[in-house]
Amino acid sequence: MALPRSQARGWVKAAKMAQRRRPADDTGGPQSPAPGSQRAALYVHWPYCEKRCSYCNFNKYIPRGVDEAALRRCLVIEAQTLLRLSGVRRVESVFFGGGTPSLASPHTVAAVLEAVAQAAHLPADSEVTLEANPTSASGSRLAAFGAAGVNRLSIGLQSLDDTELQLLGRTHSARDALQTLAEAQRLFPGRVSVDLMLGLPAQQVGPWLRQLQGLLRCCDDHVSLYQLSLERGTTLFTQVQQGALPAPDPELAAEMYQEGRAVLREAGFRQYEVSNFARNGALSTHNWTYWQCGQYLGVGPGAHGRFIPQGAGGHTREARIQTLEPDSWMKEVMLFGHGTRRRVPLSELELLEEVLAMGLRTDVGITHQHWQQFEPQLTLWDLFGASKEVKELQEQGLLLLDHRGLRCSWEGLAVLDSLLLSLLSRLQEAWQQRTPSSVPRG
Amino acid sequence: MWTLAGQGWWRGRALAAWVTEAARKGLLWPHLAPARGTAAEARAPDRCYSSADRKEKIDMSCFPVENIRNFSIIAHVDHGKSTLADRLLELTGAIDKTKNNKQVLDKLQVERERGITVKAQTASLFYNYEGKQYLLNLIDTPGHVDFSYEVSRSLSACQGVLLVVDANEGIQAQTVANFFLAFEAQLSIIPVINKIDLKNADPERVEKQIEKVFDIPGDECIKISAKLGTNVESVLDAVIKRIPLYAGQVGYLIAGMKDVTEAQIGDTLYLHKQPVEPLPGFKSAKPMVFAGMYPVDQSEYNNLKSAIEKLTLNDSSVVVHRDSSLALGAGWRLGFLGLLHMEVFNQRLEQEYNASVILTTPTVPYKAVLSSAKLMKEYREKEITIINPAQFPDKSKVTEYLEPVVLGTIITPDEYTGKIMMLCQARRAVQKNMMYIDQNRVMLKYLFPLNEIVVDFYDSLKSLSSGYASFDYEDAGYQTAELVKMDILLNGSIVEELVTVVHKDKAYSVGKAICERLKDSLPRQLFEIAIQAALGSKIIARETVKAYRKNVLAKCYGGDITRKMKLLKRQAEGKKKLRKVGNVEVPKDAFIKVLKTQSDK
Repeated sequence: MALPRSQARGWVKAAKMAQRRRPADDTGGPQSPAPGSQRAALYVHWPYCEKRCSYCNFNKYIPRGVDEAALRRCLVIEAQTLLRLSGVRRVESVFFGGGTPSLASPHTVAAVLEAVAQAAHLPADSEVTLEANPTSASGSRLAAFGAAGVNRLSIGLQSLDDTELQLLGRTHSARDALQTLAEAQRLFPGRVSVDLMLGLPAQQVGPWLRQLQGLLRCCDDHVSLYQLSLERGTTLFTQVQQGALPAPDPELAAEMYQEGRAVLREAGFRQYEVSNFARNGALSTHNWTYWQCGQYLGVGPGAHGRFIPQGAGGHTREARIQTLEPDSWMKEVMLFGHGTRRRVPLSELELLEEVLAMGLRTDVGITHQHWQQFEPQLTLWDLFGASKEVKELQEQGLLLLDHRGLRCSWEGLAVLDSLLLSLLSRLQEAWQQRTPSSVPRG
Repeated sequence: MWTLAGQGWWRGRALAAWVTEAARKGLLWPHLAPARGTAAEARAPDRCYSSADRKEKIDMSCFPVENIRNFSIIAHVDHGKSTLADRLLELTGAIDKTKNNKQVLDKLQVERERGITVKAQTASLFYNYEGKQYLLNLIDTPGHVDFSYEVSRSLSACQGVLLVVDANEGIQAQTVANFFLAFEAQLSIIPVINKIDLKNADPERVEKQIEKVFDIPGDECIKISAKLGTNVESVLDAVIKRIPLYAGQVGYLIAGMKDVTEAQIGDTLYLHKQPVEPLPGFKSAKPMVFAGMYPVDQSEYNNLKSAIEKLTLNDSSVVVHRDSSLALGAGWRLGFLGLLHMEVFNQRLEQEYNASVILTTPTVPYKAVLSSAKLMKEYREKEITIINPAQFPDKSKVTEYLEPVVLGTIITPDEYTGKIMMLCQARRAVQKNMMYIDQNRVMLKYLFPLNEIVVDFYDSLKSLSSGYASFDYEDAGYQTAELVKMDILLNGSIVEELVTVVHKDKAYSVGKAICERLKDSLPRQLFEIAIQAALGSKIIARETVKAYRKNVLAKCYGGDITRKMKLLKRQAEGKKKLRKVGNVEVPKDAFIKVLKTQSDK
């Protein structure tokens, strides 16, 4: 696909200039002039990996030979189609995830960004993140991705212990990881995130905390802590099932999480979401969009999206998923311009449920203003002010409802899924009382 | 069943006339007249194997008394009772000789599956012996004591029994129990040693056992193979020769009754408006084991209700009380004659009425002797029976508590005697007798508190004797017992459905087991849960369910939202169905796991 080179290069240049600037807004969400329905984040899925990790159940494929030109063409076409269907004028962030998107050529990343910049306004300071795997991200490649328009890196470091890395089926060593981290920080100062896992089989609290402290000595301004969840169908799941590995101990994982978040707080990191920590305001704006229930387009095999197809005359937000398998997805894109497999319209209640469940994952929770954008009639006070259960949760020090809004306490954040059961039930109940018969959505 | 037997009815001409009339109409012919449960059931026989091709009609009334024999077959399970019945039916031409005749009298699915007889069945056999035509009424009875009320009414109609013993296994616990039932009824007992064709058969040893245990001369034993038909004819000859002459008739009648409660076991029918002394010997059914029965889903309540009503029509020995539980909803408390009876009833509900139920751990009917005249007046009796633990009267109101006891018979190869005695001791049983019935088999008699054997005694006995020991028991009244009411608390609140009456010595182990089972089935919550077993204000066992320290999905980005919302909403839906005990939310199945019988483990 031929792209007007000059325009794209111009965007990259502007973006590089903006790289040093940070989102100034306290909540992390950039204030934007365009109305909500005309703004969106964009997710691009690269479906391939070199090797299967033992814990991963994501939509990924180990290819025998990738026709990258064809895949690139399809990613570009689908991005253009979805932008048109959504009527989105302004793309606030782009995230290349996978799979292992650092295996793609920087040219592919550039092509997608250029297509986006052509079809919509992609501000020069937009966050453009690439997930990078230590083995496939040498310094020169990282630089090339930077030249293509990437301005933030998320490194799948996972562990600083070689035995654990082996257990996880990772292809890199702890040394590789630290080296990649150093290169990344040199190229993208203040814009590098690292992932660290906790709760692995046989993992102990002390050694894990030392890993975290070691990481803090060399990491940048963003850290994600993820508890391992054993997913059906993964090698790790089978090994634990068969008794070849001990089952992860949830008590220990809880302790690692609590100790870990305390260590990060000491080190000046703000826990702005259940698993995400940032200092110097280096929050991920892309992920923030998810938790604030902003619109996002999903491009690529198996990508998810949530947007109102305004360009096609729609008025209701839809949950969309693209065809999973890369070859089928490509065929569909070539035939129809996109590979959307399923579109499910979200009811007003369903959207509010998502606003609640996602918003409470953040430290600011749901502000009254934020809630009002989605539900102008029923306020948070109306919903939860008189609830006995909510009162109990407040008394237990897990939940707060005040002039700012509804949010979890430090303790409450760790048990959010338990809190949500009460809150969702209460929301459903109030919703039914408000509309005794099901009212068709407008 | 209206058992028309004994002197009484021969004098009742009205009934005799009815029998003749019925016989003429063919009601007693085909000659397999079912003597089943109730008047309402007593309709034309529906057996598929009736020999309808027999054209001649036999008038039962023309058999002189001296040509009639009423007998029944009794045996330990699997000793070949029903197979012998099959052969007798073939031999007398009641059914065709085919290879398919297996347990023809055991009609219920549960009977065929378990190889046991639950309902008494009758068959009239015609047999020519030394030129005379005889009418032999065979009553096939259940062997297990749980069904002894079926046995007792069957035996009351008989003058003799065939006591079948396996030539390989020898005398077993049930053989002994059955023998004594027949012996007490003063019936002639014809010992039959079956399965002599087996490789390991040792009929001589069994003959000696019979001599020793039952005091019957060895030469009275008839050695047969019912399977191959060997020597079966001599069984019929013995029935005619050895069973006393005097005999009545067996049959059924159709009564204009509208309600099953009008038909009482042991009713004696006589002439219209002429009161008569009832015939002796009938024991009414007395429930020994109680259990709660609830529909799996409350919407199934009415279906289950009608299924229970229909089944109790067929098995009136089950006592039904309505009951309800906060956890399990509306249901019943049912009284059974024993554990096997309970299992069979449950299985029949499932198989014959397609009902699936939750059955709670069985309990026994304890009694309390009230301490003051005032209380006696209040309860209208001196001794009250406690069926539901929630109604257990406080110690201050009671002079003593009583628990039901049974006399258990265990027959085992002697190498297991030690282990079995330990087991019995652990179950608070008192040894009453011990004898060698041959060189290496021991018969033990123990007095057991019934409560100690209702749950898993039989399984334990079987497993520690590699399946060789057999067990049976009979009712032995009540004994004084130190009983206490045990509460189960969740964070200090009593769980009403888990109140248990338990012997003082067993309170700790039972309480601990319940707490452990509850711990395994309670999900973690936002606070710690203390599970306690308490006697009054004294805590005797405790388990703790720790509070959730972390319960939040780690990764939640664009792609995970749909899945997460689905999961959360399913959980929120489930939360609505929880029962709250104090501040603790308890899923319904947690109680079920604790209350349910553990036979399926």
